[in-house]
Amino acid sequence: MEKAQVYGKLTAIFREVFDEDELSVTPQTTADDVDGWDSLSHIRLVLAVSKAFGVKFSASEIGNLKNVGEFATLIEKKA
Amino acid sequence: MPKTSGATVSVELYRQLAWLPKPPPDFASRCREFANNSGDLGKQIRWLATHALDEHQLSRLGRTIRSAQQNGQSLAPLVPFRLGLIGNGTLDLIAPVLVATAARHGFALECITGAYDQFLQDALTAESTVNQARPDAVLVALDHRGLALRPSPGNEQLANESMDAAIGLLDSIRAGISRNGGAPCIVQTLAPPPEGLFGSFDRALTGTARNLVDRVNQKICHSILQSTDMLLDVAGMAETVGLADWHSPALWNLAKLPFADAFVPLYAEHVGRIMGAMRGRSRRCLVLDLDNTIWGGVIGDDGMEGIQIAQGDATGEAHLSVQQLALALRARGIVLAVSSKNTDCVARRPFKEHPDMLLKEEHIAVFQANWNDKATNIRAIAKELALGLDSFVFLDDNPVERDLIRQELPEVAVPELESDPATYARTLAAAGYFEAINFSEEDRARAEMYQANARRLSLQGQNTDLESYLRSLEMRIVFGSFNRTTRARLTQLINKSNQFNLTTRRYTESQVEQLETDPAVMTLHARLIDKFGDNGLICVVICRATGFARWTIDSWLMSCRVLGRGVEQAVLSEIVRRARAAGIETLEGLYVPTDRNEMVRDHYGKLGFMRMDDGSDVSSRWELDTDVELEELPMTVERDESQLELT
Repeated sequence: MEKAQVYGKLTAIFREVFDEDELSVTPQTTADDVDGWDSLSHIRLVLAVSKAFGVKFSASEIGNLKNVGEFATLIEKKA
Repeated sequence: MPKTSGATVSVELYRQLAWLPKPPPDFASRCREFANNSGDLGKQIRWLATHALDEHQLSRLGRTIRSAQQNGQSLAPLVPFRLGLIGNGTLDLIAPVLVATAARHGFALECITGAYDQFLQDALTAESTVNQARPDAVLVALDHRGLALRPSPGNEQLANESMDAAIGLLDSIRAGISRNGGAPCIVQTLAPPPEGLFGSFDRALTGTARNLVDRVNQKICHSILQSTDMLLDVAGMAETVGLADWHSPALWNLAKLPFADAFVPLYAEHVGRIMGAMRGRSRRCLVLDLDNTIWGGVIGDDGMEGIQIAQGDATGEAHLSVQQLALALRARGIVLAVSSKNTDCVARRPFKEHPDMLLKEEHIAVFQANWNDKATNIRAIAKELALGLDSFVFLDDNPVERDLIRQELPEVAVPELESDPATYARTLAAAGYFEAINFSEEDRARAEMYQANARRLSLQGQNTDLESYLRSLEMRIVFGSFNRTTRARLTQLINKSNQFNLTTRRYTESQVEQLETDPAVMTLHARLIDKFGDNGLICVVICRATGFARWTIDSWLMSCRVLGRGVEQAVLSEIVRRARAAGIETLEGLYVPTDRNEMVRDHYGKLGFMRMDDGSDVSSRWELDTDVELEELPMTVERDESQLELT
């Protein structure tokens, strides 16, 4: 899947999960940059991404993510 | 070529809540706009919640509802309900979905979630947030991990110890919540984990995980029947959709989700149904379309020989299964009615003459076959049965008719159907409109009672003189005080009556038991019998001594079936008679409005009470002197003295 496509979809998911219509994400975005990105919304995010892209993640894949860029790369590989 | 059976009667039916219509494409923007809504927010939210939303959409809607509550926006006509949520694993993902789902069932839910894995402390400590919130019910969301079942294959003694420990833990939690929070519990059965150890033999061998779960579930069901707690059959849900999909090892490891997130909407829907049943909001009447719904083909075009209804014919059997389900529902007290665009005598012919028809005319309480639009027909059925529109389910194969009813009568539940009639019965059953939390003899007879009522109403139509009509019913009213034998039924009435209910105060069964012996309380119930049959217990009154020679009518509720028959006057006469005997000079009546009890706004006024407040409030306070002259009643009065001797 194209990088731009992945980011387009990811942005929509982030906005939905964090109830924030103006939110935009870049490869460098981390949990510290987004209001309300706690462990619970992290899970909601992972579940929403799994569903939207039709992919599954293992615990180790999720645990190793450092920023949105790594998440997007992981999705690109799988989707 | 026979039609292939549709995918949505498989697991997808349940996972997607496919009996609900698809959500509008602008779902997200509607959620956003709710923040600015100041008029009909509650209605809009309920409408949106009554769509096949997935777990993310429900979560979004739930969070929207929560912020509306926090901002103090009115959610009327949604009724407040407080649900405690305790259990093992991550429950925070479930909570917002429960809030959105509850709106589908008419509730403005506040979900009080216990601390992570602190369910025992939450139950046993009086100061826990869950107990302090004084919830209406507490959902005890424990699975096999939370109950710490220890498999011990082949060892009956260890198996028994493990089961006793699990049931003991559940019992402590339920007793703790009852004592400290004053709430009934919703207790779950356990979904067995699919991982076997021996293979098929797992189920037979004592002490395996499968064997333990099966036996614990039986014990839980048994204990529910002995209590006022309610059952959430998670095992049944998981079996229906498949244990392999229900349990997700990945999601448990990752986030301690007790089951796959895709099934949270289904789980929440089942919880919503139980809350609805607790509050008397389950549906009571099924309105059936005829052509291509209960038989294949169009009777007006195809004739008696052309319609498909026979055993041995695939389409015919599909429609027969709808009839079978309707009959089974009727046998448990659901009233059946017909709404069909047909000429009356043509529509009735299969009922009278077709040998394969299971449904007969006598099963149908109200038969509306005409050329009016169906909204008009359903209104007429509601009037004839004296049931609110929110008691109705409308089953019709025609999407145009379904849409019309959803638009015109949003209170009526209208399941989506696929084109293949083989899916109809299962879809109707899956929609769970008729959820019950108990089942009594009276429930069994309910369909008959409503049908008799419809006959009474048509008799009323023939009688122009109300007085002589009432006399012709040969009514007998039997008064008694609350006692052991009527306790369960009275508690049910107290918690389920919404329309003819002056104060809508709810009491648990143990509170009702206390009322029986409280010297400062007068309790009264009434049973009504007439020439069409026994209407059962139809009235509950609770009076409390609130001052010198003064009773306040704490609760007065009646079954709507007996309205307009002079029962109110008869009950008042009995209250006055008892009041005089106790030296009471003044009766005080209260009216506390809800979205359901408009019909009794002027109840006390009609009975001759004087309004005592200044009329500025929607609530009202009324008084009556007990030396008032009593009206003659169109019925004979009996008193169940035998029970007085017992007490």
